[in-house]
Amino acid sequence: MSERTLYDRVWDAHRVRTLPNGQDQLFVGLHLIHEVTSPQAFGMLRERDIEVARPDLTHATVDHIVPTDDRSRPYDSEAAEAMMAELESNVREAGIELDDPTTGDQGIVHVIGPEQGRTQPGMTVVCGDSHTSTHGAFGALAFGIGTSQIRDVLATQTVAMEKKAVRRIEVTGDLGEGVTAKDVVLSIIRRLGTDGGVGYVYEYAGDAIEALGMPGRMSVCNMSIEGGARAGYVNPDETTYEWLRATDAFADDPERFAELKPYWESIRSDPDAEYDDVVTIDGSAIEPMVTWGTTPGQSVGITEPIPAPADLPTDEQDVARRAQAHMGVEPGETMQGYDVDVAFLGSCTNARLPDLRAAAGVVAGHEVDESVRAMVVPGSQRVKAAAEAEGLDETFREAGFQWRGAGCSMCLGMNDDQLEGDEACASSSNRNFVGRQGSKDGRTVLMSPEMVAAAAVTGEVTDVRELPTVEVEAR
Amino acid sequence: MSGPAATGETADIPSVESVEGTGVPVRGNDVDTDQIIPARFMKVVTFDGLGEFAFFDRRFTDDNEPKDHPFNEARFQDATVMVVNANFGCGSSREHAPQALVRWGIDAIVGESFAEIFAGNCLALGVPTVTADADTIAALQDWVDANPDGEIAVDVAGETVTYGDTAVEVSVEEAQRQALVEGIWDTTALMRSNRDAIAETARSLPYVDDRDAGSGRVDD
Repeated sequence: MSERTLYDRVWDAHRVRTLPNGQDQLFVGLHLIHEVTSPQAFGMLRERDIEVARPDLTHATVDHIVPTDDRSRPYDSEAAEAMMAELESNVREAGIELDDPTTGDQGIVHVIGPEQGRTQPGMTVVCGDSHTSTHGAFGALAFGIGTSQIRDVLATQTVAMEKKAVRRIEVTGDLGEGVTAKDVVLSIIRRLGTDGGVGYVYEYAGDAIEALGMPGRMSVCNMSIEGGARAGYVNPDETTYEWLRATDAFADDPERFAELKPYWESIRSDPDAEYDDVVTIDGSAIEPMVTWGTTPGQSVGITEPIPAPADLPTDEQDVARRAQAHMGVEPGETMQGYDVDVAFLGSCTNARLPDLRAAAGVVAGHEVDESVRAMVVPGSQRVKAAAEAEGLDETFREAGFQWRGAGCSMCLGMNDDQLEGDEACASSSNRNFVGRQGSKDGRTVLMSPEMVAAAAVTGEVTDVRELPTVEVEAR
Repeated sequence: MSGPAATGETADIPSVESVEGTGVPVRGNDVDTDQIIPARFMKVVTFDGLGEFAFFDRRFTDDNEPKDHPFNEARFQDATVMVVNANFGCGSSREHAPQALVRWGIDAIVGESFAEIFAGNCLALGVPTVTADADTIAALQDWVDANPDGEIAVDVAGETVTYGDTAVEVSVEEAQRQALVEGIWDTTALMRSNRDAIAETARSLPYVDDRDAGSGRVDD
């Protein structure tokens, strides 16, 4: 049958039954779990005397609460230690593999799945974490679920869902210098709103998306949920296959790769697929983006003035006024020059190797401004090791950055990495909600890793394209 | 909320045809899950006791002094119906958010719109998330403010909300409405009963390696 989207195909391939309330029961190809949202689900299973149905399709890591400095056990935080111990006991009992920090494979759940080749095209991927949309970069149907749904998946390897509409977002043209995947997705959210994607799955397409490597595509899909879309995906192509070929799943098993590739090819959207909505965005017009407010939709290009609330749609004005008061920004000015106390380079959005490389390229030869506390938190232990093999850690350390262990860290402040008081943070993460980074008076400015690097160096929000590069001797 | 039954196969799930009680207005668009339950309260392995932390940073200063927030007002302490604005519950997938609200006492939420994962999490707890336009919601919030002891009836089956001598039409997403009214919002037992079909779907997927399927419990 023609005229179908990847979403239609993957959905249909995984539909077990239609439930009496009209939802579909979908088979789950990969269930990723972590320490924060899974313990209650295991508890519910125990109450009901149900065993985990498919431990072989379930994979665990620890990311949210794990310390990024001293990782010796027991952890300094009793609560973190208790959560880790609970996860260890649950996975041991169920026979689920756990990438803990002793394995060298630990990291943010949305970094490790793709880097190990667990995430593959045409799969359904779920995790008790809203940024599960990240895995859509591979042409998987991937979405975040709540703890009761984790219980269902553990018990049955299926989840009850309603089918959504599909919006194709076509980003045309070439991205300009200093413009990244992060800037693309912030532009999309600004244009369509933080709730514009409710009821939709986003299919990202167009030259600017196809030109991105897998890490860039992951950054875009990662923030689908910030635009209200529970899932976002990119059709798999040679870029996808190149990535997969090098992963644990296929590096030593080219036969398996050859066996699965026809399936991956078969689930791509048809050229004449019908979409419920199509939005086109001129990629060449996108600038480095920064947020000025307290939702990921409140952003501007770095040379653009912050909007006056009165100029925004009526239903956005109150939120904008409160956001500007919280952030201490003035309409009419740009975000350039906004003082920064902390620079956070990390998170499931932007802590993969190319992110660190690009940021290190900006930092090289500069020093972190004396007013700034700057930290790099690699997305996984493997990313950290690969970065160290390239000497990126030296570049960051010499400039004055802290070089830390892998985890979610200051993206959500569940470990000790937190803002204090009303500190302002240039952050490569995904949410600028009030209180998100651990202090309710803290102020978050979202931006690309390159822009975080520039802000760390100057101590203020800076157009990375204007920062002079320093000649550094080759290592 | 009734707790889950002892075994999944015989789970007795109450139907939620309607919710009646007094209201509490929580105003503002884009109320995210970090506001509903700040992440530091999620360092727990059960949901017990989360109720007191609902909207914590909105309700208390750094010195734990109460701030102006409807959840702090004596007149709303017995409320079961929360009335909110647009895109409520956006952000993270944390079920801790609706769990905290339920433990505070909320049994139903009426609003302009809800984030998808949040609404799904509410459904999994048997909590309706019903919607109406901005003017209808504003009028209901004003009425609740003026009538904190006034009864609100959220009729899930009939898709109406009645308060004072006013009845307004609301929308309940169809799958949610059926799941609540027919008492099938806890899906574990229902889905588990399809184990043969699950195994069949798994076998049909080229990437699912059934050689490694362990004890094959799904096929039991």
